[in-house]
Amino acid sequence: MARKEIIKAESKNFNFHYADGTHALKDINIPLYEKKITALIGPSGCGKSTFLRSFNRMHDLYAGNKYNGEIILHPDNTNILDKKVDPIEVRMRISMVFQKPNPFPKSIYENVAYGLRVRGENNKRLLDDKVEEALKGASLWNEVKDRLQDLAYNLSGGQQQRLCIARALATDPEIMLFDEPTSALDPIATVNIEELMSELKKKLTILIVTHNMQQAARISDYTAYMYLGEMIEFDETDTIFTKPSKKETEDYITGKFG
Amino acid sequence: MSKVTGHEDNLNAIRALIKKHKKNDRIFSYIGLFIIGSLAIALLILFLDLVIDGYPKINLEFFSNFPSRKPEGAGILSAWVGSALVLIVTFFVAVPMGVASGIYLEEYAKKGWFADLIEINVANLAGVPSIIYGLLALGLFVYEFGLGQSILTAGLTLSLLMLPIVIVSTREAIRAIPVHIREAAYAVGATKWQVTLHHVLQYAMGGVLTGIIIGMARAIGETAPVITIGALTFIAFLPPSPVTDVAPFFNFAWLEAGFTVLPIQMFNWISRPEHAFHINAAATGAVIIILTLLMNGIAIKLRYSIRKKIKW
Repeated sequence: MARKEIIKAESKNFNFHYADGTHALKDINIPLYEKKITALIGPSGCGKSTFLRSFNRMHDLYAGNKYNGEIILHPDNTNILDKKVDPIEVRMRISMVFQKPNPFPKSIYENVAYGLRVRGENNKRLLDDKVEEALKGASLWNEVKDRLQDLAYNLSGGQQQRLCIARALATDPEIMLFDEPTSALDPIATVNIEELMSELKKKLTILIVTHNMQQAARISDYTAYMYLGEMIEFDETDTIFTKPSKKETEDYITGKFG
Repeated sequence: MSKVTGHEDNLNAIRALIKKHKKNDRIFSYIGLFIIGSLAIALLILFLDLVIDGYPKINLEFFSNFPSRKPEGAGILSAWVGSALVLIVTFFVAVPMGVASGIYLEEYAKKGWFADLIEINVANLAGVPSIIYGLLALGLFVYEFGLGQSILTAGLTLSLLMLPIVIVSTREAIRAIPVHIREAAYAVGATKWQVTLHHVLQYAMGGVLTGIIIGMARAIGETAPVITIGALTFIAFLPPSPVTDVAPFFNFAWLEAGFTVLPIQMFNWISRPEHAFHINAAATGAVIIILTLLMNGIAIKLRYSIRKKIKW
């Protein structure tokens, strides 16, 4: 790597098995650099989302799934896959935005405040401040500041997704995970979210799964190409898209894949 | 260095918070375990008590003998045959009517105050005491329609009891089917009936079957309405067989026959003074509980195996 960056997290020989025995991820080794955006690309079913979801232990919700290897979170060197590490602790440090906007059927305010309420925060003034800060951080404040008590479902799809980002942001996470966050949105909403992510990386580390190669090229600093559960290539985004070292990567990004 | 220390403090605060919150998780799971455990133990004691008391009687003869004045020779032949025949009638009346009503209310009926009214009433019916159904059946089926104190009357009465359960579970199962599945079928030009038949009914089958079996399990143990319509308490003959050896090989004379059912037989024996009859009653109770457990077991198994095939 040309530049020296701080490593925020890294996966080491990470393997993942689903409950039915599928070996979904094989020996994944990549770093996530602090305050950078890392994009995961690859064809459907290659394991990108499985990898992303491992970062906040979503797979623990379903019995029988098995992690092997490590995902180390710095600076405290915690292996977040360790059985002794509580998945709730991991989720408090690493937040996630899903493919489809999934606001709760509650008010805009309550959606954003929920992460703080889970942490036992009930101080009205502090909540107000944090909600405002998160909504501003998600570029949604100006559109909703006069109707914070409205139902979140009354927002447009793009607004709902930014609300979900605000919800994930309100708790000051160290890393944010995005699982194809714009695949259900129109082009204008997509641009908004992309600009938002570039803004967010000033404060935190981002890992994003995307099907849209232009998106990966536009917003990410590093890109990993995955295929059939294996990490084929990881490098700076410019390198991956201009002179990839592996033939498979080149075939995929030039659309010759097959 | 100070940044790392701040980070450590933050991390410790998070860990302390999780520890505190997890206490509620544990408290709830202990309370839940305690309640479930007490219920399971109560049922087990009840069941074991019946089995231990009735054990000497539970053998093949018990099932093949008619009731008798002598407790040693008395059996439940007429009672289990009566129960079986009544349940057959109940099944063939309540299932088509209940499933059809559920589908109609959920898929066809216009949503509005009238549909709401029906919904509230159906839900209420499920909670009406069974003796009320018995009185209704006595007035309507026995006297008004002149069906007599027959297997048909009993089957119709119990199907009234079972109907709301089937309707409610059918509607719940249909509601659980996501809209986009229906839209996919409509999008290729299917009519409402085709969508219902090819998709809605098939995907809802797990829930519907569960409702049917739970309804049947309720019907098998009902006593009050069957007594109200005037079932016999002592009967030493069987209804005419539904299957015959001359064409057309079946007949419906059994529908008009007098009958008794398992819970009535048990009730009858329990009201006798002799202890030996109480043993017979305990044995009959054990048989009823085993039948109910069996039916509920089948319901759970069916629901599980059908749900496993459907994912959305």
